[in-house]
Amino acid sequence: MSDAQAIAGGAVAEDRIAVASNWQLVWWRFRRHHLAMVCAGILICMYIVVLCPDFFCTQNPEQTDARQAFIPVQTLHLFDDGWNPWVPSIAGKRNPVTLRMEWTTDPRRKVHVRLLASGAPYRVFGLFPANIHLLQASDPGQRVFLLGSDRLGRDQWSRIMRGTQTSMTVGLVAVTLSVIFGVVLGGISGYFGGAIDLVIQRLIELLQSVPTIPIWLALSAALPRDWTPIQVFFAITVILSLIGWTTLAREVRGRFLALREEDFVLAARLAGCGKMRIILRHMVPTFMSHIIATSSLAIPVMIINETSLSFLGLGIRPPAISWGVLLQEAQNIQTLALAPWLLIPGVVVIVAVLAFNLVGDGLRDASDPYSH
Amino acid sequence: MTRYIVQRLLLLPFLLLVYSFVIFAIIHAPPGDFLTSYVANLASSGSTITAEQLNALRHEYGLDQPFVVQYLYWLRDLLHGNLGLSLEYQRPNADLIREQLGMTVALAAMAFVLTWLIAVPVGIYSATHQRSVLDHIFTVINYVGVATPNFMLALILMWLAFAYFGLSITGLFSPAYADAPWSMARVVDLLEHIWLPALVLGIGGTARLARIMRANLLDELNKPYVVTARAKGMREWRLVLRYPVRLALNPLISTIGWYLPQLFSGSLIVATVMNLPNIGPLLLRALVSQDMYLAGGILLIYSFLTIVGTLLSDIALAMMDPRIRMET
Repeated sequence: MSDAQAIAGGAVAEDRIAVASNWQLVWWRFRRHHLAMVCAGILICMYIVVLCPDFFCTQNPEQTDARQAFIPVQTLHLFDDGWNPWVPSIAGKRNPVTLRMEWTTDPRRKVHVRLLASGAPYRVFGLFPANIHLLQASDPGQRVFLLGSDRLGRDQWSRIMRGTQTSMTVGLVAVTLSVIFGVVLGGISGYFGGAIDLVIQRLIELLQSVPTIPIWLALSAALPRDWTPIQVFFAITVILSLIGWTTLAREVRGRFLALREEDFVLAARLAGCGKMRIILRHMVPTFMSHIIATSSLAIPVMIINETSLSFLGLGIRPPAISWGVLLQEAQNIQTLALAPWLLIPGVVVIVAVLAFNLVGDGLRDASDPYSH
Repeated sequence: MTRYIVQRLLLLPFLLLVYSFVIFAIIHAPPGDFLTSYVANLASSGSTITAEQLNALRHEYGLDQPFVVQYLYWLRDLLHGNLGLSLEYQRPNADLIREQLGMTVALAAMAFVLTWLIAVPVGIYSATHQRSVLDHIFTVINYVGVATPNFMLALILMWLAFAYFGLSITGLFSPAYADAPWSMARVVDLLEHIWLPALVLGIGGTARLARIMRANLLDELNKPYVVTARAKGMREWRLVLRYPVRLALNPLISTIGWYLPQLFSGSLIVATVMNLPNIGPLLLRALVSQDMYLAGGILLIYSFLTIVGTLLSDIALAMMDPRIRMET
């Protein structure tokens, strides 16, 4: 490329930047964080699972069989004389001393599986009937345990898929509620000031100095025992967002206080804009990207909190499945020594939280036009 | 300075009053009361209780009074230092809590000390050796440390110790010292056991603090006064420790305010998983069995520890930073 062309190219690029909308700028900057892009891909995959976990289930997550307890991970092999996916067969033998079932894999005997095969019927979004699953055993009588089974012989892979739906949704809904509370109350506090501001600020200080985990536990212990899983689910998200909104409200208020004095707000007021129009059309868009970055950093915190509460037995309750509920199975060290694969849901939690944190960091850097 | 502390101390009882009301409302919220689950327990073990006996018990515990009256009774007892009688253990709540309180505070304090001992040197090293191999390793550990729930880390460590070394790393004492009276040897035994749960508890905070320390120090290291000192021939490590580190520590001290309380409430989970003497598992047990006055007492203690933690950090900040003193 000659110099003249390079200069022309630079000028074109500058023109593009000059006319690009704020969102385009954020996107261009975000795209440069490769790690954040990879993590965004992971999160998109996880939310696809959230949309339709049943498609990814290899069997019914509730199906129990005491004779198939603690089956170890069966590795998926894709090729066997060409494309022919299979998993090694397992055989159980009772140890004569400990009377425990001991499973051994036999790579010579194969259980063939089919991808995108029809299986148990389910509904997509609870509306459209379907029966195609990602992976099914060729012989419907065979059960395939991609990630092993738990003490009741339930398939961990399928349970993790269901748990992903619950846990990722809890994080998202709780943060959405926090954002609504935070933006409305923080906005009121920052825009109007005076006595309202004082009351809201004291309330925030009070809530922020609450010992979070004990209070959450006490609140979720107060939920009636006979509530349906759906009711408990929403109650838990509300409980989690009850304290979560305070951080956001503070930030929104700070932004409002700073923006109130800006020239463009004054210009809008002189041009005769109404209060609501100034807030919604002129002020909110300027810090919207910032709010999104902050809330994407709040989601992983919510996920960890939900997992911890459920792990302690006071969050999402069985028969509903979440990552924390799955990890309850791993509470006993003796069990864990026998069946270390019960820790896999924890690995999923760590991956999800890590991905959210990295994407959030990327978004935060990208949303701040003054950073380099 | 004294005025600032006195002002904050005067606010303390008022805050506790607000908390006590909120806490009472929460422990009062579950449908039914302790006696409902008590009767259910009796029924499942085969014995029965007459309606008169039940009413007598209800009257004795004041469960038949309206909400506000019950609250005022509770508050009156609190002011006399009486946290009530545990309905489940049939012992004074104050005794139950006192037995565990020392270890709860010790665990949080130990986690706090470890956090600072690790985070500050790591932060300094990462900032002065930016983009070195160790800096990258620390960054990765930091991200994973923040992303790992406390209980998960505890589970993994316990599993590794059990599966590969046959060790059980639960509890705070070796069996020989578990019920022994306090002695030098017992303290040593405690220190040998407490560091691991303390580390588990503090790892998330350590990662976060190290990151803040690194960022702060990087900002300071580029300032002209550092260049001046270096140009005058000051030795590097002495220069770094003397000036920029002291300035970079300031924002870190302001994080104590939320960090100490977080340790107290986080210790609940670690203590439950690792089976440590702590008020956390006691609270969990009380909540499940609806032992409401015990739960209320523990929640109140948590709030008290939280407020005191915030207060201590505010005072530390005021001592370090004159600007905050001037504001009040």
